[in-house]
Amino acid sequence: MSWDERDAALVLEDGRVFRGVSFGAERDVEGEAVFTTTMTGYQEVATDPSFRGQIVCMTYPLIGNYGVTPDDEQSRRPWISGMVVHEYCDSPSNWRSVGTFAEYLRANDIPAITGVDTRALTRHIRSRGAMRALLCSSIGGRSLDALREQARHAWAPSDSNVVADVSVREERTLGVGDLHVVLIDCGVKENILASLERRNVRVTVVPFDTPYSEIAALQPDGVLTSPGPGDPENAHPAIETVRELIEHKTPYLGVCLGHQLLGLAIGAATSKLKFGHRGGNHPVLDLESGRVHITSQNHGYQVDAATVPVDDGWRVAKVSLNDRSVEGLRHVSLPISSVQYHPEGSPGPQDNQYVFDEFLEQLRANRTNETVVSA
Amino acid sequence: MSERPSSVLVIGSGPIVIGQAAEFDYAGTQACRALREEGIRTILVNSNPATIMTDEDIADVVYVEPLTPEVLRRIIMRERPEGLLPTLGGQTALNLAVKLADLGILERFNVRLLGTPLRSIQLAEDRELFKNLLTSIGEPVIHSAIVHSVAEAREFAATEPLPLIIRPAYTLGGTGGGIAYTLEDLDTIVTTGLAASPIHQVLVERSLLGWKEIEYEVIRDGFDNSITVCNMENLDPMGVHTGDSIVVAPSQTLSDREYQMLRSAAIKIIRALGIEGGCNIQYALDPHSFSYYVIEVNPRVSRSSALASKATGYPIARVAAKIAIGKRLDQIPNSVTQQTTAAFEPALDYCVVKIPRWPFDKFRRADRTLGTQMKATGEVMAIDRTFPAALQKAVRALEIDSPDLGWENPAWKDADRLRFDIVTANDERIWALAAALRRNWTVDEISRLSGIDPWFVRHIAGIVDLERELASSEMSANLLWRAKRSGFSDARIAALNGMSEEEVRSQRHAAGIVPVYKMVDTCAAEFEAVTPYYYSTYDDEDEAPPLHGSKAVVIGSGPIRIGQGIEFDYCSVQAAHALDAAGFKSIMINSNPETVSTDFDTSDRLYFESLDSESVAEVLRHESGGRCDVPPVILQFGGQTAINLAEPMAQLGVPILGSGSDTIDLAEDRERFEAFLRSIGIPQPAGTAVTTMEAALEAAERAGYPVLVRPSYVLGGRAMEVVHAADYLARYLATSVDFNRGHPVLIDKYLEGKEVEVDAISDGETVLIPGIMEHIERAGVHSGDSFAVYPGLNLYSSEVERIVEYTQRIALALGVVGLVNIQYVIHAGRIYVLEVNPRASRTVPFLSKATGVPIIELATRAMLGESLKQQGYEGGLWPRQPLVAVKAPVFSMAKLRGVEVNLGPEMKSTGEAMGIDREFAPAFYVGVDQPGRPR
Repeated sequence: MSWDERDAALVLEDGRVFRGVSFGAERDVEGEAVFTTTMTGYQEVATDPSFRGQIVCMTYPLIGNYGVTPDDEQSRRPWISGMVVHEYCDSPSNWRSVGTFAEYLRANDIPAITGVDTRALTRHIRSRGAMRALLCSSIGGRSLDALREQARHAWAPSDSNVVADVSVREERTLGVGDLHVVLIDCGVKENILASLERRNVRVTVVPFDTPYSEIAALQPDGVLTSPGPGDPENAHPAIETVRELIEHKTPYLGVCLGHQLLGLAIGAATSKLKFGHRGGNHPVLDLESGRVHITSQNHGYQVDAATVPVDDGWRVAKVSLNDRSVEGLRHVSLPISSVQYHPEGSPGPQDNQYVFDEFLEQLRANRTNETVVSA
Repeated sequence: MSERPSSVLVIGSGPIVIGQAAEFDYAGTQACRALREEGIRTILVNSNPATIMTDEDIADVVYVEPLTPEVLRRIIMRERPEGLLPTLGGQTALNLAVKLADLGILERFNVRLLGTPLRSIQLAEDRELFKNLLTSIGEPVIHSAIVHSVAEAREFAATEPLPLIIRPAYTLGGTGGGIAYTLEDLDTIVTTGLAASPIHQVLVERSLLGWKEIEYEVIRDGFDNSITVCNMENLDPMGVHTGDSIVVAPSQTLSDREYQMLRSAAIKIIRALGIEGGCNIQYALDPHSFSYYVIEVNPRVSRSSALASKATGYPIARVAAKIAIGKRLDQIPNSVTQQTTAAFEPALDYCVVKIPRWPFDKFRRADRTLGTQMKATGEVMAIDRTFPAALQKAVRALEIDSPDLGWENPAWKDADRLRFDIVTANDERIWALAAALRRNWTVDEISRLSGIDPWFVRHIAGIVDLERELASSEMSANLLWRAKRSGFSDARIAALNGMSEEEVRSQRHAAGIVPVYKMVDTCAAEFEAVTPYYYSTYDDEDEAPPLHGSKAVVIGSGPIRIGQGIEFDYCSVQAAHALDAAGFKSIMINSNPETVSTDFDTSDRLYFESLDSESVAEVLRHESGGRCDVPPVILQFGGQTAINLAEPMAQLGVPILGSGSDTIDLAEDRERFEAFLRSIGIPQPAGTAVTTMEAALEAAERAGYPVLVRPSYVLGGRAMEVVHAADYLARYLATSVDFNRGHPVLIDKYLEGKEVEVDAISDGETVLIPGIMEHIERAGVHSGDSFAVYPGLNLYSSEVERIVEYTQRIALALGVVGLVNIQYVIHAGRIYVLEVNPRASRTVPFLSKATGVPIIELATRAMLGESLKQQGYEGGLWPRQPLVAVKAPVFSMAKLRGVEVNLGPEMKSTGEAMGIDREFAPAFYVGVDQPGRPR
C-alpha cells in the first residue's frame, strides 16, 4: 500500500509479517514472539529475566508514557530480545522519569518497533501459539521471503539453557534479620529481593549452578528458587539441586520457574502452554480456602496436574481460573510449597505478598520444630 | 451464608437530573435481567417512565411511582419482597433505602438489604465516619473538619492554607458545594452547603487543586474476593467534578508503581467498608511524589461504573446484582469469553476518552466555569487505539457546533482572555489549549496554567502540528494515513488542505485507507470472545466481518442533552428488539456510554461510534462488504441527531427505512411545509421563513406581534423566543449565530391557546393515534417543559375529532411510514398546526406506557413493510384508557447559577417524571410530588 512507509518488521516463523517503525536499537534479533496484557510496567517487563530470548508484544497500545527510572528495573539490564508496540510515546511525563524508553532500549542495544497492529499479532499468537520470530529494525532492500526463511530457523529460548545467561555469577548477600534464606537465582526480580528485605530476612543469593552441598553449608532456614526464563527441563543443574533439597526436606518456596523445578523434582511432568500466561490480571483459585486472587503471571510452561504424585503427599494447591492449569503446589506435611505466579508483581498486583509471609511463617515454625499442619 | 431471596425489590433512580442520568436505566436494566436469570421474582419501582427498565419484560412487576418512603412502604407491604436492592439507583435509591431503614420499615416487613450493607453505605457517605475509617486502616485522608456552622468553618480555615473545598454530606453531584478562594467565598458556600445537606453537615478541607484525579472501579463479593475493573484518569485535575471532567481510561501517566499503589488501596478500602457489589473510589495523586489522598468513595454503581462497563466490556451492574444475591465472582460466568468467570480484571488494548456534554448552548447566561458542582447533562465516549484519535473522535461525538478542535473563540485574540480560559476550567478549555498551541505557547506553560498533565497537552500539540502540515503540504497517501490515524475527520482534512470533503474521501478510498473495526473483549485478545461490540480505528486488521442475512441499522441519539434525552434511547432499544422479533439482525450505532442502547446485549451488533455522517457512512460501507447489500437505516428513533443524517444517507444511496428523506425535508423546510399544509387545507399560524433583518421585521409586522421566532431544523426549540416588539426582534437576530450564517429563521404569529400533542403511527395507508396529550402550560412554553396529560381532559369531542382527522391527513399526505409527532394549538376555537416531526418524539415512551400501545414495535414493523392491519391494529384514535397519566418535567436549575428560571419556548428541563391515577388531581399530585422537585 502506498501510504505504508513502515520499514521495520516482525517476521514470524509461519510466514506472517507485521510492519512497524523502529524506535530501539538498529539491528535484527531472533527470539520467541509472545504477548503480555499488562497495561503498566513496560520497564519492569523489559528487565524481567524471565523474558530472556523473547520478543515481547505489548497488547496495551500506548507505551513509554512515563519514561524510565532506575527504581523500576527488576534486574541489572533489560533481558527481552526485542519489543513490539502499537504507539510509542517519545515525550514522557512522570516525576520519576530520567529519560525516554527509546533512549533506554538503544543504550542497552535492544531493538523495538512501533506502529504495529499489536492486536492482530496477539490474535495470531493466541490461535497459532507462541512461535519463533525475527525482529528487523529495517527491512531495507531485503526480500521478505529471505527474512521468512530466517525466521523459520530463528533461535528461541527453548534451544538453550537461558537460565545460565541471566543468573547471578557470584554469591551476594543482602538484608539483615533473624531468618536466613538462600535464594537460587535463575533470573530473580528485584522486587522479590526487596520483598524479603522488607521483612527483615537475611538473603544469600546464589548462582543457579550452586550445588546442594554448598547451599546446605550456608545453613539456611529455607530456600527460595526464583523465577527464570526458558524450558524448565533445560534448567540444569538447578533441577538436580532442587531435587536434592526436596529429598532433604529443606523448607522451600518455588516461584514461577522455581515452582516448575519443584514439580520436576517430585516426579511430575512439565509441558509448554500454547501461548503462556503473561499479564497482571490472571485469576488464581486457592483450592483450600476457595478464595480468588488476581495475580501477575509470566510463564510459558506449566506443571501437568495429572502427574503430581498425590500418593507422596503432594497437592495441587492453586489453579488458574482461566484454564485450570496448576498455579501452586504444596505438601501435606513438609514445609515445601510453590506458586506459578509472581507474588512480587512488578509489574502487576501487590495482592499476593502474603505468599512471602506464609513462607517465612513456615520457616519460623519449622525452626521451633512445630509441625506445620496441612489438611 | 444467608439464604438466597426468592423476591427482590429494585429501586430505580427516578428522573434525569444533572448528576444522575441515564446510567441508572442501564444499571437497573442489567440488574433486573441478572436477577430474573436466577429465577428470582423481580419487582421494580421507578418514577421515570422514559426508561427501558420500566418496560414490561425487564422486571416481573413494575411500579411507575414516585420514589418516596410512603410509596415504597405500600409496595413493600403489598409485595413482601425478601430483599431490597438499592445500590443500582444512584444517590436517590440509596438515600431512600437509608430512610426506609431509619423508619423501621425494612425491619417491620423483614426485608433484607441486599448487596452493600447499610453500615457500609453510612461509612462511605457520612464524611466523619469515612474519615475515621480511612485513618484506622492507614489510608491517607486530607486534613479536614466537619462543620455545622460558618463559625466552625472559619475556625478550621485559620489552620489551613486557602483554597478550601466544601462538600455537603449526602448530596448528589456535589450540590451545594464549591471551592473557596477567599474567606468571603467560604462564608457563602458553607451557608449554601449546610442548607443543601439533609443532615446539615459540610466537610471543609484543604483543596488539592492541581493534583491528579484518579478513579478506580472496584467490585467485591460476599466472600471477600475483590477485583478492580478499571481505572480512570481525569484530564482536568482536582477541583473539577469527575462528571464535568474529560476522562481517559485507563490512566495514561501512572507508572506501574503508582497504578498498583492506588489499586491496592482501593481493594483495602472496599474490604474495610464491607461493600458487596460495586464501588467507585476517587483519589488525588501528587504529580510530584507518591503522596495521595482518598477523596471520595461511592459505595454503589454510578455514572463512572457505566462508563467503566462500556469502556471495558465488563458488566459491573450485572455482576453487582449477582453478588447481591450471594454469588461469588468465580461463580458468575463471563458472558464475553463464555469460558472464564467474572473473577478477573479486564485488560484494555485501546484508549477510551469520555467528554461531558454541557447545556451551555441552552443556557447562554449560565456560569460556564466547572467546579465541584456538576453541570453536565450527559457525556460521550470514544474508543480508539491512540489518545489523539480517541480525543478527536469524542469531540466529534459531542454534536456541538465545533466538531473538531479547530474552533476558536474570537475573544481569544486577547492573550489575557485566552490565558483565563486555560486557567479556569470551563467547557471550552480543550479548544483554548489548542488555540494556545497554535500561537506557539509552550506545552509546559499551558500545562502549568491549566493543571493538565503535559502528556495530554503534548498530544494535542501533536494534533496542532499535523494541522499545520495538512495546511501547508501537498496531500499524499502517507499524510492522509497519518491524519486519519490521529483522528482527523475527512471534513477537517478537507478544510485544512483546501480540498472538498468528497475529494478527501475518494482519495482516501482509492488509497485503501479505510477504518477497520476491532472488538472490545475485556481481555486484550487473550481469549476468543463473542461480544458483538466494535469500534473503528485506522489500523491493519479488521475483526468484524459484515453480518449476513437481513439486517438493519438503528441510529442512536448520542449524548444526553436538554431536548434529547433518554426517551430516544428507549426508542432505539425497542427498535432493536422489534427488528430481532421481525427476523432482522439489528445493528446499533451510538456514542453514549450511559445508556441501554450501548449495552452490547441490546442488539446483534454494536458499533460504538460518533454519529457524524462520515463515521456512520463508513460503518454502512463496511457492512456492505463481502457481497452484502447496503443495510437500511432507521433514522426515526435518534432524535434530531438521526434526522440530520437523512440527507447524507440519501445522497450515499443508503436505503432509509420508513419515511424517506423527502418526507423529512418537507416537514422541516418551512416554505415547503407551509405550501404543503395549504395544499391539504390545514391551518397553521401565519408565518414566514426569512434570511434578512428587513424581511424579518416585515414578516413580524405582517403577522402581528407577539411573534414566535426560531431557527429552522431546531433541536428542542433551541434559541426559540416569543418576541413582543421590533427592537427585541432585531436584538435576537443580531445575536443569532445561525441567522448570521445565512440559515433561515422562522417567524410565526404567536397564538395563545391550549397546546396539544399527538404521536401517531402510519404505514402509508392506515394511521393509528395511540393518544392525544394536552399541555398544561400556555403555548409558547416548550412542550418538553410543560406538564402533559393523557388523555386530553379539557378537549371538546369536536376538537378531538378534528385533531384525529388532521393527524391522519397530514401523515398520509406527507408519506409518513413510521412515526410522526404533531403539535397543535387550539386558538379561538380553531385548531392550528405548530410543528410536524416525522420521527419519534420525547413523549413516545410516556404515551406507550400510558396507553399500552407498543408504539415503537408497531412503527418498526410498519417500516419493514408490515401494515398496521396485518399487525392487528385499526386506524384512528386508540380507545381512551381508564386512567390519567401526567408527565411532569424535571429541572436542574438549582445546579446552574446564573440561569433564569422562567420558562419559555426554549426547552430547559432535563428529564421527566410520571404520575398515573384514575383521576387527574391525584395523578398530577403524584407527578409533582417527586424527590428533587420544589413544591
